[in-house]
Amino acid sequence: MKHVRFTNAHQSITFSRRMMLLGGAQAGVGALLIGRMGWLSIAQNAKYQLLSESNRVQLIPVPPRRGWIVDRNNKPIAINKASFRVDIIPQQLVDGPKVVAQLAKLLELPPDEVERINRELAVSRGFQPVSVSDNISYEKYAAVTVRGPELPGVAASRGFTRFYPAGSAVGQLVGYVGTASAAEYEKEHKNPLLLIPGVKIGKEGLEQTLESTLRGEPGGQRVEVTAHGKLVKELEAKPDRSGGTVQLTIDADLHEYTARRIGEQSCSVVVLDVNEGDILAMPSMPSFDPNNFSDGISRNEWKMLSGDDHLPLVDKALESLYPSGSTIKPSMAMALLNAGIDRKQRVNCTGSYPLGNHVFHCDKRHGPVDMDAAIVHSCDIYFYDMCRRVGAEKLAPMIRSMGFGEKFDLPFDNQRYGTVPDPEWMMRKYHRQWQTYDTINMSIGQGMVLINPMQLAVMAARLATGKRVIPRLLKNKPVAPQEHLEVDADHLTFIRQAMANVVDHGTAAAAKLPLDGIQMAGKTGTAQTHRLSDAERGNYTAALWKLRDHSLFMGFVPFNNPRYAAAAIVEHGGFGAAVAAPLIRDTLLFLYDKQKALANLQSFEQGIGGTLEERNARKTASWRSANGLPALPPTKA
Amino acid sequence: MITSAIIPKPLARLPWRLIFLVAGIATFGLIVLYSAAGGSIQPWAMKQAIVFTGFLGIAVGMSWMKETTIKAIAFPLYAVTLVMLIGVEALGFVSKGAQRWLDLGPIRLQPSEFMKPAIVLTLARFYELVPAAEIRKWRAIWPAMLLLGVPAFLILVQPDLGTCIMVMLCGVTVMFLAGLPWWLFAGPAAAVAVAAPIVYSMMHGYQRKRIDVFLDPESDPLGAGYHIAQSKIAIGSGGIWGKGFLHGSQSHLDYLPEGHTDFVFATMAEEWGLVGGILLICAFGAVIRWGMRVSQNSRTRFGQLAAAGLSATIFFYVSINLMMVMGLAPVVGVPLPLVSFGGSAVMTVMLCLGLLMALERQQRTVSRLA
Repeated sequence: MKHVRFTNAHQSITFSRRMMLLGGAQAGVGALLIGRMGWLSIAQNAKYQLLSESNRVQLIPVPPRRGWIVDRNNKPIAINKASFRVDIIPQQLVDGPKVVAQLAKLLELPPDEVERINRELAVSRGFQPVSVSDNISYEKYAAVTVRGPELPGVAASRGFTRFYPAGSAVGQLVGYVGTASAAEYEKEHKNPLLLIPGVKIGKEGLEQTLESTLRGEPGGQRVEVTAHGKLVKELEAKPDRSGGTVQLTIDADLHEYTARRIGEQSCSVVVLDVNEGDILAMPSMPSFDPNNFSDGISRNEWKMLSGDDHLPLVDKALESLYPSGSTIKPSMAMALLNAGIDRKQRVNCTGSYPLGNHVFHCDKRHGPVDMDAAIVHSCDIYFYDMCRRVGAEKLAPMIRSMGFGEKFDLPFDNQRYGTVPDPEWMMRKYHRQWQTYDTINMSIGQGMVLINPMQLAVMAARLATGKRVIPRLLKNKPVAPQEHLEVDADHLTFIRQAMANVVDHGTAAAAKLPLDGIQMAGKTGTAQTHRLSDAERGNYTAALWKLRDHSLFMGFVPFNNPRYAAAAIVEHGGFGAAVAAPLIRDTLLFLYDKQKALANLQSFEQGIGGTLEERNARKTASWRSANGLPALPPTKA
Repeated sequence: MITSAIIPKPLARLPWRLIFLVAGIATFGLIVLYSAAGGSIQPWAMKQAIVFTGFLGIAVGMSWMKETTIKAIAFPLYAVTLVMLIGVEALGFVSKGAQRWLDLGPIRLQPSEFMKPAIVLTLARFYELVPAAEIRKWRAIWPAMLLLGVPAFLILVQPDLGTCIMVMLCGVTVMFLAGLPWWLFAGPAAAVAVAAPIVYSMMHGYQRKRIDVFLDPESDPLGAGYHIAQSKIAIGSGGIWGKGFLHGSQSHLDYLPEGHTDFVFATMAEEWGLVGGILLICAFGAVIRWGMRVSQNSRTRFGQLAAAGLSATIFFYVSINLMMVMGLAPVVGVPLPLVSFGGSAVMTVMLCLGLLMALERQQRTVSRLA
């Protein structure tokens, strides 16, 4: 390149060229700025307008009223009771310490509560109210209200607490509600509703699983606030929407009756309407009083409940598994008939059945028994022998089709479904060959057979109808179509008759309904919880409670035209016929003759020491004194 | 220029177009400040009005300065400002961390503000002295780099990143117009791209965070990204016509921080919308264009370079502030001249305008005879 001398002329040209470039760049920046501003204020105007609105407007949420839970006749199971509460809105508080001291005096707050309030006030921000006291009496509410003008920042309000009229009778059914935990708040993407004092969400049972229906939509007072949370003015309010009502198939009266009739036992009962599969009652007792949870349960109450060996915190109808015992026999007999066994063929019962170097027992020497007698008198030897002939492969499918081991679509989280064993299952689960003694055990519902009470009731319903009855709890859920089971109508008639005979003159004679023309059919069961010693054999109440057999019963009424099916499993209740059968008798009697049933209940409750409430109160008192705690004050009005 | 028999000649000879334009911008600024204070002339609008009027008077007074006088004070002004900057630095060590002011009794002087016009005048004067033949030589480059580098460094360590960038840009603009070789600008631009990570690592914590958040404002919507996020909400929610005077919720409810200083444009845009924004941008554009015209019409090399540099100073003020407010540049703390509350920016811009008016008057009087 040739070197050119840079002259004034060059300089002048360079200058004007570069001036043009600079001017162009400036104009370009100007255009960019205008373009950017246009983009922000036209193209993205809607987005930013929304953001600016959500900056400006804050919602002070008004919690929605929780939806009711009602029974099939619209009788309330879970409702809301008006309650009174006092909160402090830190924003409006003028002389904090003085106001808190005055409230403490008015509401008779204990010192640790006062300390909690002061602590929460110190960290509170903006509109988040601090709860002073909830569930206070009307008198105290009124006392705070009249002093309103001298207590700036104190808000006394009427709220609602969850109320369950039937108390502990429905504890396991409905679960309970409680204040949301930090984890639940996070899980709901920091739903501000969960932070409002007094807002309770479902924690267990139906209250939890039906939460989305029951909760409703919060409304709120809309206010304009500054960036620092200071209120500028109030805007129009957004109305709240109450939660939806949920109707259950439950018959609340029957459910409560059954719960009371269970008495002191650790037991659950399931009653079904066989036509639709509606669950009419499913109490699990003992239970907890969900009302106590609504106010926040005390540590001691929790300790008492979790320490109880009758497991009041477990829903035994769906979460507990038991050997079915002899209640399996009608289904087993059905399977035998299906496999071609002649029902007239007899097996001689000598009271014991040797197999290899082991001897299986029967609780009596029945002599020669045919199928009807084997069911009626619950002869084990007959089933050992017949089932052994047919083999487990042919038995298990029938037992499963009757409902054992089946999963039901019910709105509960912790259901357990048990097992119906067969050789293939044994190999998969325990990696061993199926043995003859497995068939023997299975034939009388022992060994690996595990069921829950719901399945037992379903089995009764399916034996009653010959159809695939599917239990249902939510009334608005469509009734599942009931297919016919692969059973012979003739076999079914025979089994029903045999089950009627069980109640008429067999092992469950105690379950006979005191009604003309309505006969119950059923089957007792006694499930061993451990290997019996010879001394214990035939002496069911001798052992410690924990070691006693479970008492089972399943049945349906009327036997010739079934309408209701029911099952009960009484933990460590002893002989099936002695405890579970009369319990189902009274339960089903209630459906036909309330007067008689209630009379029975009254005499029963007198025998065990009073009503459910009375017994619960006594139990609590004795637990408290045993644990060195002062007696509780008389219950709130 | 107004020619009328009634108006006395000295007054008629003032560049009234510019004065009306500047006064218009300032008045609009006062209206915005009035609204930012929730519809009150206290505490900003009144004070700002007084400061502006004062400096407008000074600027008009400066317009009678001769170009030779300006030329003569260029180097001394630079020297004095540099000494003051060193003084600030020295005192800053004595007192707490970031000291940008020099306390001289009742007046708090911010020497870095003076450096903006001073560097422009100095470099213009320097390149006037460099013969055309020498312009592509090393000896035309290193003194300018030194003249620019020393104050820029002193301001950077104050620390005042915004002013440092402004001073650098003003100086570089003059050097560019002086005709220095291309590679001198293209090279460093490439170097900056390479060196950016290194500079980043040397930054102060809060400066670095601003860069981080600028690149991803949503990463910290409640912290350092809050300014940008709220500013964009204010501008975006204003729409075409704005929410109306005194109806800006972002600024009135304090969601927009610094709504009367660095982010005053967002406050304005929320209430006056795109229309107000374009009007303001165009008004500034007209002022800058006027300044660039002064440069183009100037017959002397000093006048050309000085006028262009001074106009560029105003341009950089406006463009950096607006890019920052609209989320196109990191938040570096550059006010919007004549609109943002605060005397420093008004002072600098009015000094620039005063000098520009002086240069313009020169063209109308002296140059014609030349």
